[in-house]
Amino acid sequence: MDILQISGIALTGAVLAVVLKQKSPPMAVLLSITVGVVIFLMVLGKIGAIVDVLRQLSERADISSIYLGTLLKIIGIAYIADFIAQICRDADQGAFATKVELAAKIMVLVLAVPIVVAVLQALLRLVP
Amino acid sequence: MGANIDLIFKIAGIGILVAVATMVLKNSGKEDYGFAVTLTGIAVVLIMVIQMLGTLFDEVKTVFKLF
Repeated sequence: MDILQISGIALTGAVLAVVLKQKSPPMAVLLSITVGVVIFLMVLGKIGAIVDVLRQLSERADISSIYLGTLLKIIGIAYIADFIAQICRDADQGAFATKVELAAKIMVLVLAVPIVVAVLQALLRLVP
Repeated sequence: MGANIDLIFKIAGIGILVAVATMVLKNSGKEDYGFAVTLTGIAVVLIMVIQMLGTLFDEVKTVFKLF
């Protein structure tokens, strides 16, 4: 029952962060980062198992590994960027959060461009 | 995993300790020392948090094959 453990960590962290917020707000931000990282690390192993299953399925379906690899990279970028953006928002730095999200969107677009080009080329091959 | 949960309590402990030390120093009229103590505590905790964030990023990199 990992979810019980995660709930306990989150509740304990929330109470400690509220206590710390009155006296030293930076420490509360650092504590919230730690709680986030701990919970994320606990979930990441399970995400790895799901990714392995997806990889096996795509191998069986003869899908080129380039496509699944790009997809996974995009998911990873989105996870990290969202994590950091939320921390920035918690620390009342909404501008940083928006910038991180913008950067993540651009990175995702850069990764996605080859696939878009491949689709366009396939379309051009269909047109006589 | 256990070490990570320990880190939460460690950070909370350091935070409370720094807050109390700052209060004591402020009451005895040494406000600049209080600021130095706060800064040191935040730096120490920041180093620990950044190391852990590094392990998180490494994990994410290996899981999603981000190289």
